[in-house]
Amino acid sequence: MTGTSPIPVIDLGGLLLISVRGELEDDEAVVLQTDVTDAVARTGSRGLIIDISALDVVDSFLARVLAEVALASRLLAARTVLVGMRPAVAITLVELGLALEGMTTARTVVDAAAGFGVTLTAADAAEQGSP
Amino acid sequence: MTRATEEPLRLPIRRDTDLTVVRQHVRSAAQRLGFGLVQQTKVVTAASELARNTLLHGGGGEAEIRVLHGESGPGLSVSFVDSGPGIPDVGMALTDGYSTAGGLGMGLSGSKRLVQDFAIDSSAEQGTRVTITAWSDPFAARRGVR
Repeated sequence: MTGTSPIPVIDLGGLLLISVRGELEDDEAVVLQTDVTDAVARTGSRGLIIDISALDVVDSFLARVLAEVALASRLLAARTVLVGMRPAVAITLVELGLALEGMTTARTVVDAAAGFGVTLTAADAAEQGSP
Repeated sequence: MTRATEEPLRLPIRRDTDLTVVRQHVRSAAQRLGFGLVQQTKVVTAASELARNTLLHGGGGEAEIRVLHGESGPGLSVSFVDSGPGIPDVGMALTDGYSTAGGLGMGLSGSKRLVQDFAIDSSAEQGTRVTITAWSDPFAARRGVR
């Protein structure tokens, strides 16, 4: 765990996992952005997995924070995978006109890790607090 | 014939933690009125965008949540009211990608697409009032009911 954000950044060894557990206030989102970017640089991770399965709303502010995290991470040579978006959130974001460019998506943390050649079991992922 | 019954629920929008409170109240009202999950998510997201506009552009204000009773079922109307400087060019402000606060410029134009009705009343003297209306049955208007 790093930083002062209420959201833990977990180092899976070359991969960082962030599980957004609940609704984020604007200033928490900004702190998260700094924490994550620092963690990517410090650990030299090549991948960043952001699990948003707990979020029932993603508005344009949070979408911008996520997109900026992905862009900054890309500049630091890490690829971002967004995991677990709820269907109602996906429909709403598209209608809102936000495509969340600059990151790929995966259904689960296990699938996202597999995309980086890292094998996680469902139990590993659950241990980190993610489905 | 659409009518609002009780007095609106008024919530302050003074700091960014208030945005969370507005989202929670809009969500619980939509749930109570039987909105489907997608319809709930859309109206909560639109409310979040507009409440943030009230805070950032209007210098704060309040949200007013009203329950509506339409012919096709219940609905929710939420107004965002501030006494800020007003929106000089509403047409421009409703254009995708137009931003004065360094955002994505999708807040106002995007919220309009998420709800069934969207009204802006803005002047330099009176400030801004944006009202959105969403229905538990969003397709009723298309069928000519309401």
